[in-house]
Amino acid sequence: MLHNRISRLAAATAGGALLMAAAACGGSDGTTTTEASAGASSAPAASQIKVGLAYDIGGRGDGSFNDAAAAGLDKAESELKVQKKELEATAGETDAQKEERLRLLASGGYNPVIAVGFAYSGSVAKVAKEFPDVKFAIVDDDAAKGDNITNLMFAEEQGSFLVGVAAALKSEKGNVGFVGGVDVPLIHKFEAGFEAGAKAVKPDIKIQSKYLTQPPDFGGFGDPAKGKTAAQGMYDAGADVVYQAAGGSGAGVFEAAKAAKAMAIGVDSDQAALPAYADFKDVIITSMIKKVDVAVFDFLKNYTTGAVKSGPSVYDLKAGGVDYSTTGGKIDDIKSKIDEYKQKIINGEITVPTS
Amino acid sequence: MNGFLDRVLGRVRLGGWLAVAAPVIAVVFAVLITSVVLLVAGKAPVEAFTTLADYGTQPRSMAMILNTGVMYYISALAVAVGFRMNLFNIGVDGQYRLAAVVAAGLGGAAVVPGVLNIVLVIVVAVVVGALWAAIAGLLRVYRGVSEVISTIMLNAIATGLGSWLVSEHFGVLTGNDLGTRPIPDDAHMPGIPLIAGTPVLVNGFIVVAVLLGVAYWVVLNRTRFGFELRATGKSESAAVASGVSVKKMIVVTMVMSGAVAGLIGMPELLGASYKYSNNFPAGLGFTGIAIALLGRNNPVGMAVGALLWSFLDNSSNQLQLLDISKEIVQIMQGVVVLSVIIAYELVHRYRIVAEQRRVSRELAAPQEAPKAEAAA
Repeated sequence: MLHNRISRLAAATAGGALLMAAAACGGSDGTTTTEASAGASSAPAASQIKVGLAYDIGGRGDGSFNDAAAAGLDKAESELKVQKKELEATAGETDAQKEERLRLLASGGYNPVIAVGFAYSGSVAKVAKEFPDVKFAIVDDDAAKGDNITNLMFAEEQGSFLVGVAAALKSEKGNVGFVGGVDVPLIHKFEAGFEAGAKAVKPDIKIQSKYLTQPPDFGGFGDPAKGKTAAQGMYDAGADVVYQAAGGSGAGVFEAAKAAKAMAIGVDSDQAALPAYADFKDVIITSMIKKVDVAVFDFLKNYTTGAVKSGPSVYDLKAGGVDYSTTGGKIDDIKSKIDEYKQKIINGEITVPTS
Repeated sequence: MNGFLDRVLGRVRLGGWLAVAAPVIAVVFAVLITSVVLLVAGKAPVEAFTTLADYGTQPRSMAMILNTGVMYYISALAVAVGFRMNLFNIGVDGQYRLAAVVAAGLGGAAVVPGVLNIVLVIVVAVVVGALWAAIAGLLRVYRGVSEVISTIMLNAIATGLGSWLVSEHFGVLTGNDLGTRPIPDDAHMPGIPLIAGTPVLVNGFIVVAVLLGVAYWVVLNRTRFGFELRATGKSESAAVASGVSVKKMIVVTMVMSGAVAGLIGMPELLGASYKYSNNFPAGLGFTGIAIALLGRNNPVGMAVGALLWSFLDNSSNQLQLLDISKEIVQIMQGVVVLSVIIAYELVHRYRIVAEQRRVSRELAAPQEAPKAEAAA
């Protein structure tokens, strides 16, 4: 019995690592090819600007947050003719390893350097001091402060408010759900906005809420099976619209929506328009768009013109940094109502809570 | 009678040139398989290995490798304590994280000043780790629950409990990151300028890790307790027959394993991050399992394993600069563990077969002699 146990344990440890790596490897191979082809097309431009970008866990290909940053970088590569180098994070790494990643980029002549995700907060603050001539940008964090640090911040709660309005207007049962990837303050903003939006339409609406994992387990951002179970539970309990802010786990939420013949709301990108989610475009009524791509591109554009400003740049509804999507035409009938709320938020008539 | 398990956990010693052959075969295996993987991915293996060699020999990288390796080594020791008596403490991960949360919460509150605070944080972490592991030990002894199952479940509970402690009690929000209050400056573990030519200090816990490694060897090999532990691991019935209380041994071993596990997060908490936040490294307990297997529960073997693992982890950024994806590093790590297990097993089997041949030759020889006499 023990014999079996240890063989299984050994096999699981080593085999698991191999499998995961092999699976992820497929994804990054795609990255390499696109990179190569993009590089070839912009070859004639002898650009001196080398952009370094460090991803959060999940990296390019997560169909969500990191991919949005990648899109901004790709756009800058083709339009501004900058060169790029992307480095990815490993799960369970220490701050020292994050710092080393940024330092490697900064010392390798990459300027500006962009860090994707609040996990880099402490690392950016520290490394930016060591390289005063390099411009740094960090997405989703305003705690790292410095003369050469730009903080790209988003009003996720405002965008979430609008999809909350859409959910409440579309729900026939007066019962909606929220699936958060990991129980962290950033995702609380999505939940708070969604809840406020739904309640603004129907004060007595029932809102179910669930987070897939607790930190430091960040698996909830990449576990479709967990997302599916959580959403299924909500549909079974009477919800007919579920909003997900769960990164890669969102695919599971869409699957559950399809099985339950119900509705779902996407996040970060216009997910109904993404090829990866083509199977689910019938159930995705709208998506809360967080334009990380625009923020990354703007920052790089400002860099090329020498107009980079340090400190927080806030991407809210007013600045067009967050929004809702209408791909598929499923919310065209209520668009005018949603836009009324949008206007009120922009005017300051409605202040959306962040927690 | 030695089973596969005994061989994998390093309870059977190899003698002479065989002891050298096994690791050499493992390294050759690992390099070959990794080269194939690199070639399949369309990268030049020579370039990759040269980059790795360059990276590993720079003073700065050496300090980084030691710093991560210290945590990996303590984790491997925690796992190995259980392994030596067939206790599979899969819960090291939950034990160190819960220990780190509670210790960080108390340390951040700065109840006592300076060095006393360091001592308090360490003691609290050890106690919390030990208590959390004790649950699994007691369940095994009194309810017959397999510690594999209970520790995996306790990992999930530890995550929830830790998260609740941070969000409801110890948590302070900085930007989008929620963490405990930072431990004050006077209670930071000082670094050691161990490696010349780099400003990167080596974490002071390297001393603790070395002492733990020595203690592990002494306790297991030079004390009555260690003898009883190893005896129970080899044969429970024989241990009972010689007067060992197996129940007591199970609980004590789990507690020891958990106590060591409690220390895993300390190098990071007291020497680098000074707080437990959403950013605190997770999953070190599982890395420890792989390294304990890699080092065959031998204190020196595990140290080599921890450094190798840490070297591969830290070099991932360098490889990415060459457009070699970071997953290649994970493949290398998996291949190394498999190679070591397979190489040692092959060498062991070779030894067994060689021994059988020798014995049968010796047995055959005197039998043939009388025949020859009769023929004559």
